[in-house]
Amino acid sequence: MTTAPTKTATTTVLQASGVTMRFGGLTAVKGVDLTVNSGEIVGLIGPNGAGKTTFFNCLTGLYVPTEGTVAYKGTVLPPKPHLVTKAGIARTFQNIRLFANMTVLENVLVGRHTRTKEGLWSALLRGPGFKKAERASEERAMELLEFIGLDHKRDHLARNLPYGEQRKLEIARALASEPGLLLLDEPTAGMNPQETRATEELVFAIRDKGTAVLVIEHDMRFIFNLCDRVAVLVQGEKLVEGTSDVVQSDERVVAAYLGTPYEGAPEDEALGDVQSAEAAAAAPRTGKTAEPRAAGGTGTEGDDK
Amino acid sequence: MTTETTTTPATATKSAASTIVPLPLAAARALTLLGGIATLVSTFLAWTWTDEFPGDLTVYAYPGGLQWMTFIAGALVTLYALESYGVPGLKWLNPGRSNAPLTLTALGAFGVTWFTVLAIAITLNGLVNLEPGAYVAAVASALPLLGVLALPQDRSEGQTDKEAFLARIGKPDRIAPAAPLNGWLERGVITLAAVAGLFIFTYGIDTPSDEGETFIGYLIVVVFAAWALHSAGLLDRLSRLAADNRAFTLAMGFVAAIAFPFTQSDDHYANLGVNILIFGTVALGLNIVVGLAGLLDLGYVAFLGVGAYTAALVSGSEFSRFSGVQFPFWAAALTGAAASLVFGVLIGAPTLRLRGDYLAIVTLGFGEIFRIAVNNMDGVSGPNITGGPNGISSIPDLSFFGFNFGESHDIVGFTLGRFANYYLLMVFIMAIVVLVYTRASDSRIGRSWIAIREDETAATAMGINGFRVKLIAFALGASLAGLAGTVSAHVTYSVVPTPYQFAGSTPPNSAFLLAAVVLGGMGTVSGPILGAALLYLIPEKLTFLQNKSLLVFGIALVLLMRFRPEGIIANRRQQLEFHETGQLDVPTTELGTDTSLSKAGA
Repeated sequence: MTTAPTKTATTTVLQASGVTMRFGGLTAVKGVDLTVNSGEIVGLIGPNGAGKTTFFNCLTGLYVPTEGTVAYKGTVLPPKPHLVTKAGIARTFQNIRLFANMTVLENVLVGRHTRTKEGLWSALLRGPGFKKAERASEERAMELLEFIGLDHKRDHLARNLPYGEQRKLEIARALASEPGLLLLDEPTAGMNPQETRATEELVFAIRDKGTAVLVIEHDMRFIFNLCDRVAVLVQGEKLVEGTSDVVQSDERVVAAYLGTPYEGAPEDEALGDVQSAEAAAAAPRTGKTAEPRAAGGTGTEGDDK
Repeated sequence: MTTETTTTPATATKSAASTIVPLPLAAARALTLLGGIATLVSTFLAWTWTDEFPGDLTVYAYPGGLQWMTFIAGALVTLYALESYGVPGLKWLNPGRSNAPLTLTALGAFGVTWFTVLAIAITLNGLVNLEPGAYVAAVASALPLLGVLALPQDRSEGQTDKEAFLARIGKPDRIAPAAPLNGWLERGVITLAAVAGLFIFTYGIDTPSDEGETFIGYLIVVVFAAWALHSAGLLDRLSRLAADNRAFTLAMGFVAAIAFPFTQSDDHYANLGVNILIFGTVALGLNIVVGLAGLLDLGYVAFLGVGAYTAALVSGSEFSRFSGVQFPFWAAALTGAAASLVFGVLIGAPTLRLRGDYLAIVTLGFGEIFRIAVNNMDGVSGPNITGGPNGISSIPDLSFFGFNFGESHDIVGFTLGRFANYYLLMVFIMAIVVLVYTRASDSRIGRSWIAIREDETAATAMGINGFRVKLIAFALGASLAGLAGTVSAHVTYSVVPTPYQFAGSTPPNSAFLLAAVVLGGMGTVSGPILGAALLYLIPEKLTFLQNKSLLVFGIALVLLMRFRPEGIIANRRQQLEFHETGQLDVPTTELGTDTSLSKAGA
């Protein structure tokens, strides 16, 4: 089922095996395996309520998975968010969770937390080491702000940034922890086409800097442009995983998004009606995805070289 | 998101300027100036025939008691009236170029004068006790108010009457930035402000306790004068100056604090001062926990108690369980702080895994457990450690290198009594606490506290070990309170369990500490100290309130939270949080690039 591109000289960054999350009687994520290799952009799609964000929360330690393990570069991660981040997995949130009343620069500096050590005593005594570390942190943060193009707004409060810039700042904050894997939870939600395009560029730039990316998104054009591999999650289970083409041509994916005929009832003429209705419904979708498929193909090929 | 409809004054759609009282402009202005001068003059008359009313108001030729308050308010009205005429040399008084300062000072003068006149009539039973001077003052102080209400006010389209009135007393949206001052001049201004602050504070403390009227008059004048200076834009300029000369401002603040006992002839007022400082220091420690890390701690006073009891136990008091042990003060202070730290970690470790309301409830419980446990450790209900309800008394005075804190000392012609000695020690301890607070807040750990307060989930996802960081905040706050507690044990001669409760009618207790932080302004240095001073002085001075003081505080807090939720001294961060000010936080180019928000208030 999995047709992951067989690449040479890649290391496995993330290996989730058999991750299951149950909330009481509800099983939100059921035995999901997922691997992300270095230098890869992997997409995670699925209808609403499929368990994508729950799976992300299991990966980052916000939830303790009922079963299964998550390993980063070969070591199994403890289910504590701060240890996961320290190990090298950073994330953004579906609904922006910036520190609204801190400045842009301070937000990124908070992201640097795991990569700096200065504790309370150092802050109180203010030795040369403290000043050096603060300066280095600030320089690194400013580099990141330049990278996302927000360096001119360093002293603005995060809450006063426009929506698109808040999304970018959240990515910069996550990057500040120097992650080997970046998890993006719907990074283009609520964005216009230009902003989405800019985010795409940003994700490619992040990948080129050596950070693998795992992204949840509903925007299919964005996903198929961007990702080397796409996994489809339906009702907590991984349905398909593969390249854009494989996923798009899989009937079960279309059915999961559009629904299947209910069991038993449709026969003969009725079935014919349903099929024609399905075809009619699916037509705009395939028409829509056909174009980015080509673009995505060239894009990924070009980047793979 | 609110749509931004800010109109800069220059481009505001001005419909007809409105007035509340119909009078020609020239007459209105003349009325304010003449009224101001008349108010000044009226304080030189006698207002009542008997000196039964507090402060001697019976004298012609010079003001006395509450007349001084009217005098100051009248002087401010006169100054701002002259400024409105464009008298050269007074332009700096009103950078906002609005009528708001004049309106507010006029309100203050009217308020304090009429309050005085009515207080005379009521306390002495009847208008007959008023001398003609009082009538002159009442009329004179009403004139400027009439005048300012007749001044035209630009009224933009669609403004309701309420908004139009608030615009009369509000700060203008845009105030031209101050011309850069010479460095020495800047320091001179800060020095003057420190002297003025010391004078105002001293005046408030020195108001005799049986003269509640005088203290109320003082509060009226101070509130309206501060409000007027704020709406004139002067306070903003001052805080900018203070931020630019941070070290110098802190130094001047402490010089002013040290100067306080030298201005006092009566050790009683130094006693008030030292209690305010203890209360303020503990409030500042609580500010780390509540203001920075956002942990609502309702049992904080227990840490003050731990420090006080520890110091009492090792003080060498004969009632102490370890009466043979007498630590030198530095050792006792460190032991007290360390004991509080240990208690902070012990209480924090299980409770800090909770969030929000649950944490508040659990800390409330632990606070009460401390008091009840101390009450029972008398050798009957429990082990004999604390002396139970009797506490530990006869705590000896401190002694440093032969300098006995219990005795009066003459220093360069000034006599410093027992409380003045302790006051100076507390100033030193408060300096340490202020240093700890400012340095901790502007660092990696301080940022992680604020991040935890803003969004704990996001903060942990950014790699912050929430529990550890919160525990550090809790322990640091606890040890600072413990440090203050070690001094308070010596100041009060004895420690008993009763003050260390959740709520009581006198500070310190957990509710008052929290109120001081919230009232003064969370996340600032000067806020909790100001809040503590107010909360300590008001029950002390307004003795006629008696047991109703808690009711008055409750009402005051509700009003404050309604109209100024960020507290008296606003942290810039908090001010933006509570008021939708749009893009006002955007640093303008004039400010330079070094205006860092991480400076925790003035």
